[in-house]
Formats: sequence, structure tokens, C-alpha cells
Amino acid sequence: MAPAFADIPKPKIPKGKGERCVEDTNVMRKNHMEFLLHQRDETVHDGIRTKKHSLKECLSCHAVHDENNMPVGIDDKRHFCNSCHAYAAVSIDCFECHQSKPDVLKVSGSSP
Amino acid sequence: MSETEAPINVYRRHFLTSIGALTASVALGGALVQRVASARAPEEAVTGKVRWGMLVNAGKCVEGCDDCVKACDEENGLKSSGRSEIDAQWIRKVTLKDKTTNRTTVLPMLCQHCTTAPCVDVCPTGASFRRIDGIVLVDKHLCIGCRYCMMACPYKARSFIHEAHSDQKSWAPRGKGTVESCTLCVHRVDRGETTTACQDACTKAGHNAILFGDMNDPNSEIAKHLATEPSTQVRGNLNLNLGVRYQGI
Repeated sequence: MAPAFADIPKPKIPKGKGERCVEDTNVMRKNHMEFLLHQRDETVHDGIRTKKHSLKECLSCHAVHDENNMPVGIDDKRHFCNSCHAYAAVSIDCFECHQSKPDVLKVSGSSP
Repeated sequence: MSETEAPINVYRRHFLTSIGALTASVALGGALVQRVASARAPEEAVTGKVRWGMLVNAGKCVEGCDDCVKACDEENGLKSSGRSEIDAQWIRKVTLKDKTTNRTTVLPMLCQHCTTAPCVDVCPTGASFRRIDGIVLVDKHLCIGCRYCMMACPYKARSFIHEAHSDQKSWAPRGKGTVESCTLCVHRVDRGETTTACQDACTKAGHNAILFGDMNDPNSEIAKHLATEPSTQVRGNLNLNLGVRYQGI
């Protein structure tokens, strides 16, 4: 007999680039917001710009591309963050201010 | 090496290594050494040894030129909403006129990066803060958009974002309901760059009115100018110890 709840749809989470994430998948699922929170305070107040737990690095590995091979933004339901946040009905504020796509075109020599 | 010879003296070895390193760094030339000294590793926190500042020569600033404003808008992704009264301004051109002599002066006005910043004093959430290297910033994660800082600022340097934004620059997050102002191109500073977007534009236009640098480093261009030439702090009577200094006003 199939286990209970087996027929409940699971979120379809797009695979990121590379072999593995910066932390174990289970750790990331549970704690990614803590890492981001910690990183954000260090970056804004102390100018520490390590890549490991930075939002920019999340976006660069986990970018989902559309038919034209361009990364989709947060307004697209295929966006990596949306794939789970929409499923869990947890709204995120990050992209009210932050860019939700990785840097594709470098502007006036100002690569981040 | 014979077996009877004394083992390697580690202290002597360390000494010789350090002499070698010193010689190498001297040979590399002053410019490179200075560059290396100011660059910071990504995991390294900012320190108070540095104080970023700017020297604006109003005598060289040209009337009708707004290249610095355009460069700032482009660098930080400030776009016009079509309603100029609500558009953010991080740097703006100001014209001063002496009514007695009719002499006019033009200059760019921006956040003056005060040491004792009124915006930091009045902020109820701690969003407005002065980074230890002298850059006054808004932590938009903490900003509630009350705009006390805008009222407290003697330089009208801050802007409130009235409408939702999208497609921000990844290095300059901006969003509705928060206050913002000049960051002294903090993203460039953290990459180890030594110019701001406005300075680059001013230099490119051939005016050379803006100079950015470390005011604490006696060897920096800005410190040399400040040490040898007269300069002014706007509203110096407020004793805010500004990071932006002017000449020719």
C-alpha cells in the first residue's frame, strides 16, 4: 500500500549549478534564511563580502532560465525561490529591493 | 651538508625570509604597495584606520554639466519615474549666487558623510548608521521609512523611495518605503577600487572637480590636498566633521 499523503503534489525544485550547495541540502532547506540574515548584517555593517552565504551567489547558481535562455525574475513562478515559497505560501521580501536575477550583462565595467 | 653541522636556525631563516619579502615589496614600487595596503580581503571587516572622503573643487565644476549626476544614476540604477518630484537624488547640482557681488558658484551636493551624523542620531531603528570607515549608509533591512533622517539632514541629501522598483543593480538594492542617499560607491570601495562613479565621470569630462580617497592616509591625493590647500565644510558651524570637503566656495 502506498504511504499516506503520497499523492500530495511535491514542489518541483529546479537543480542548481555544480555538484553541491555550500551546505548540505537539508541544512539549506531548514536554515537558508539564517545564513542570509547573518551574511546581510556582516555585509551591510562591516563590509564583509564573502560569497559563501551571499544572496548573489544563491542567485548565480540557482538561476532558472526561460525559453530564450535568459534568467527569470521573481515575478516568474519558475524562479528558484518561488518554486518552494509559492508552494509553502511563505512570502519573501528580499526582492522588493534586491535584484532577483544574476548579473548577466556587466554595466560600465562595474561588475559586482 | 655534514651531519655534524648545527640544525637550521629557524629564527635566522625567518629573519632572512622577511628581509627578502621587504626587499621585494620595495622593489615593486610605491604605487603598488599603496594599492595593496588599501585593498581589503572579502572576509575582512572594515576598520576605522581608513576614512573615506571626498574633495570637491567648486572652481572646476562647470555650469550646465551634470555628468556626475548621470553617472551616479547609471551606477546605482536610479531611474526616473516620470514624476521628477518623487525621483531619488543621491547627488545634485546646486547653484549659489552672492547677491552683493553677483558671483555664482556651481557645485555637486551629496551626502556629506558626517562623523556625528544627525541622520544617525534621529533614526529610531538604527537603520541609519555610519560605517566605521566613514561611510554613512542606510541599512534598508531596518529602515521603516519614517523619514526623520531626511528632516534632520542639513544638506537635504536623502531621498525616500515612493514607488515599487524592479531590475535594481545587484550591488545597489533599492526598494519602496525606504530612505537612501549617496553610499560613496561602497560596492566599489569594498572591491578595492579607489574612485567613485561621479569622480570617474568628472575626470572623463576633463573637469577633475571631484576627488575621492582615504583622508586618513597621508600619502593619498585627497589627504595631500587637504593638508596643503584651504578647504571648507558646508555648514561647518554645525561641527559635524564632514567627509566631503569643498574648495572654491
